[in-house]
Amino acid sequence: MADLIMTDVAKAYGEVKVLSNINLDIKQGELIVFVGPSGCGKSTLLRMVAGLESITGGTLSIDGIPMNDVPPAQRGIAMVFQSYALYPHMTVRDNMAFALKIAKKTKAEIDAAVEKAARILQLTPYLDRLPKALSGGQRQRVAIGRAIVRDPKVYLFDEPLSNLDAALRVATRIEIAQLKEAMPESTMIYVTHDQVEAMTLATRIVVLAGGGISQVGSPLDLYERPENEFVAQFIGSPSMNLLPGEIVETGAETVVKLSTGGLVRAAMATKTSDKGMKVNLGVRPEDMVPTEAAEHVFEGSVAFTEELGEVTVLYFDKKGDAAQVIAKLPGIHGDLRRKQVRLGVDPKKVHLFANGRSLLYR
Amino acid sequence: MIHQLVIAAITIVFGIGAAAFYFYGSNWLLDTMLPVRSGRPDAARNTRLTGLIRPWLFLGPAILALGLYLVYPVFASVWLSFHGRDGKEFVGFSNYIWLFNDAGFRESIFNNFLWLLVVPAASTFLGLVAAALTDRIKWGNFAKSLIFMPMAISFVGASVIWKFVYDYRAAGQDQIGILNAIVTYFGGTPEAWITLPFWNNFFLMVILVWIQTGFAMVILSAALRGIPEETIEAAVLDGANGLQIFFRIMVPQIWGTIAVVWTTITITVLKVFDIVLAMTNGQWNTNVLANLMFDWMFRGGGDFGRGATIAIVIMILVFPIMVWNIRNARREMEGR
Repeated sequence: MADLIMTDVAKAYGEVKVLSNINLDIKQGELIVFVGPSGCGKSTLLRMVAGLESITGGTLSIDGIPMNDVPPAQRGIAMVFQSYALYPHMTVRDNMAFALKIAKKTKAEIDAAVEKAARILQLTPYLDRLPKALSGGQRQRVAIGRAIVRDPKVYLFDEPLSNLDAALRVATRIEIAQLKEAMPESTMIYVTHDQVEAMTLATRIVVLAGGGISQVGSPLDLYERPENEFVAQFIGSPSMNLLPGEIVETGAETVVKLSTGGLVRAAMATKTSDKGMKVNLGVRPEDMVPTEAAEHVFEGSVAFTEELGEVTVLYFDKKGDAAQVIAKLPGIHGDLRRKQVRLGVDPKKVHLFANGRSLLYR
Repeated sequence: MIHQLVIAAITIVFGIGAAAFYFYGSNWLLDTMLPVRSGRPDAARNTRLTGLIRPWLFLGPAILALGLYLVYPVFASVWLSFHGRDGKEFVGFSNYIWLFNDAGFRESIFNNFLWLLVVPAASTFLGLVAAALTDRIKWGNFAKSLIFMPMAISFVGASVIWKFVYDYRAAGQDQIGILNAIVTYFGGTPEAWITLPFWNNFFLMVILVWIQTGFAMVILSAALRGIPEETIEAAVLDGANGLQIFFRIMVPQIWGTIAVVWTTITITVLKVFDIVLAMTNGQWNTNVLANLMFDWMFRGGGDFGRGATIAIVIMILVFPIMVWNIRNARREMEGR
């Protein structure tokens, strides 16, 4: 039951710096999700918390106690691995009991803890089976059970769902959410590359990129108020469109003239001195709506469409240097292929970035 | 010397050439006799026939050689074991009755039993330790090469090396054997090690352990590397220390491989012959079954009946272990 604080935490392998300046204050009861592109160091950071990787700079403390040099088993953490990492030669019961046996707990204590965890995870009928006789989802639950019996201060999950098939992934995701609800006091850190997992599970999301933290915030915070272009494009699928332009009108509302043609009103205050500033205007594909008005964010010919039933994704022909624009319209619009479409956007849904950073956070 | 080398080279060239000629020629013959060309009415039938025949062209020589040198001798040995010293008159079970009453046989089987207890266990254990330790250090690969090297030495060659290790010179003379050199350095009296009954068995076993440890290490090292890293990390997080991880997480996961290594060495041990022959020739109570068989078969005029009887006993001992070993190895290969 603990707060976990990282101060200037860094990781370097010899000369190669993998992570630096990681400052993070995790409160008890939070479920923190680390997301980021492959190789951003999210798993490394988790393993540093676990003690499986050394911390080469800064301090990691749990409950106010520095943990940099504390062996993994004494940090009060438990980890669930992507590959489950069950001991293949032990039954489910022995897998869950192993840590307690090592800690020389009495048999009664061990049995009680194992039975309780098995009940929570509906594993009671499988206690005497070997891992190889279990399905993927059941194995994952055993891995979680192995964490629960230790009653850790902090739970660490390293991409726990990525070895499961799509349907099972959704089911297990919901189980983890329910598990968290059942243990509101426990702190959890969860690494994933799956946005949906991040958005649905997290109290706060930590976006890691380029060896540091890009932004920390609640899921909707990151979606609605991304601090920089990276986060803006990383959260949401398909990712946010960025269109180069120039501020032509300032004040309580800002007007941007886009190099691809189009004039957009943004519900964001700017100073007079900002006039003429080169910006990137960000619009999420799902915020674009067909319009007849002269004021529009993009007009172009649809190169191809993806009809998902629920929504239709439009891919436009590229215009100049700008990246391909993608729009997502509710409903079925397959007939728009090869047609000219004009799109508008609600001024409240417009993002402005200068030099990669959002004007909201100046 | 040069003469032998030339003959060896010619043999190699001729042997490989003949093999290549056989495989190329026989396949060519098959394809000429049963041509598979599109448009021909018999193309489909010929494809099927060549498909049936071709494997046997490749298997043929091996099957013939194995039949001649392995299968036939088994039956011949069984037959011989029921016949007299020149293999002519039928004697029933009298060779077997003689064998079980023979002191030499009892000594040999007792020694073989000792070898069986010590060598596979020691080799596997040392190999496992070597594998686990060399996996962790920078110069591990170098250490592994050193430990593996005795595998490349023939049993007789190894025996010659160890004869020097155990060499004994009368007191007063310089001891050239390293064991005696060490003993005298610490003020002990030099001993003729391989003539000390009972314990000399163990001095001989050391040689085989020295050779087989490398084999065990290589196989077990590969098995250790096959253990998922996460299970070890999970054990670290569970608070297990190095020894607990090794014995409770790693060893159980490679149990199948350990069994295969153990039984493979066991079979080698049951057949041990060269080391005993070269070191003591079975003197000073070190005889083993294979050497005893050789004694009866080829020395003192030769007694084919008794020699074959001992061979059959060895085969009966090896057979169940062999079956178990192959089954185990097959299960290992099928993957878990």
